[in-house]
Amino acid sequence: MCALCGELLEEHWAEREGGRRARVLRVGLLNRVLGHYRLRLEDWSGRVYVLRDRKGHATVVENLGALWAEAERLAGRPLDPLDPELVRTLGR
Amino acid sequence: MAANSSKTPVALVTGFLGSGKTTLLTRLLLHPDMGETAVIVNELGEVAIDHHLLLRRVDERTVLLRSGCVCCSLRGDLADELRDLLGKRARGEIPHFRRVVVETTGLADPAPILYTLVSEPVVKHHFHLERVIATVDAVHGLRGSESIKQVVAADRLVVTKIDLADAGDLERRLRRLNPTAEILEASFGEIEPGALFGGTERDLRHLSFDEHTHHDGVRACCLVFDEPLDWTAFGIWLTMLLQSRGQDVLRVKGLLDVGGPGPLVLNGVQHVIHPPVHLDAWSDEDRRSRIVFIGRGFVEEQLAASLAAFNRAAQ
Repeated sequence: MCALCGELLEEHWAEREGGRRARVLRVGLLNRVLGHYRLRLEDWSGRVYVLRDRKGHATVVENLGALWAEAERLAGRPLDPLDPELVRTLGR
Repeated sequence: MAANSSKTPVALVTGFLGSGKTTLLTRLLLHPDMGETAVIVNELGEVAIDHHLLLRRVDERTVLLRSGCVCCSLRGDLADELRDLLGKRARGEIPHFRRVVVETTGLADPAPILYTLVSEPVVKHHFHLERVIATVDAVHGLRGSESIKQVVAADRLVVTKIDLADAGDLERRLRRLNPTAEILEASFGEIEPGALFGGTERDLRHLSFDEHTHHDGVRACCLVFDEPLDWTAFGIWLTMLLQSRGQDVLRVKGLLDVGGPGPLVLNGVQHVIHPPVHLDAWSDEDRRSRIVFIGRGFVEEQLAASLAAFNRAAQ
């Protein structure tokens, strides 16, 4: 399945395992990453996520595949996991 | 791979124009071991096959999905044909088949076909990708970006026309470009089916990589991690990487220690990631995770440092 088009699929490959506990951990780690871009993610009923910026904009995303494009749109810039600043932030 | 045991295997035969895939397929299908095979081709009439085989032709029809991502386009023609084969087999309207072989056009990008196999709701429940086989002819070698995509997507590389040219240099280039694929040779399409469809994949722990970059800027590298990887962190990291640098990632293949009794096998072509598979056990004491990336513009150390940071953040 496609990392980018995961929204079209029943279950994203990265979210198939671990159930509820993994989902809670995933949201926690995602918020460490997204916080670097001043974004915040909330789990909504264990089915979808709500992504927000600090200006009050919000969008619903279904899974990890759909998340990053929306996060880039809300942040107004590319989100790069190789960004040295992000890597330093996560390493703290 | 128990999850795939009830599914019909689909093998994809790709290769640039004139690289000998039709000759390979024609000879292959005459072999007694290749009975009960359904064949889907674009060009009817070129493949001479025995009467016990099913031959179907498709007109390449790609449906670009709303994401606009080319590699994740659905091949509607292929999905229709596979569903039709399935229905007719169930109703007994066609001879039973145990395997489907899909021959692509010479210019086809394999990714949309793979995407169709793993994402189309009916197809993914009844078929699984068995192997991607790419032909490269020893006379002309690699030709353009499509040829490189085909080689990088392959699990088996068949160097053809070895009676016409020395393949040594080409095979060294192919080995550097896609160290994960087994390289086989064929002259006049002669090859044993067992060499293509049998055997195992190359063990990622025994591959060698060098600093060589192909003329198209493509190179292969391997990240090795001594500590177990957190699967949640890995999923977040890889999906983010594919969003930001997806155009440069042609292939990702991994054997990951995510803390279970056996490794997790990861396989992806461009943005198309196959459902990861858990193996029951490691084959030996070496349980280090290995992730092979084939693509453009990678700095290995950057990838490793980034994934390590995501992994630490999950602890």
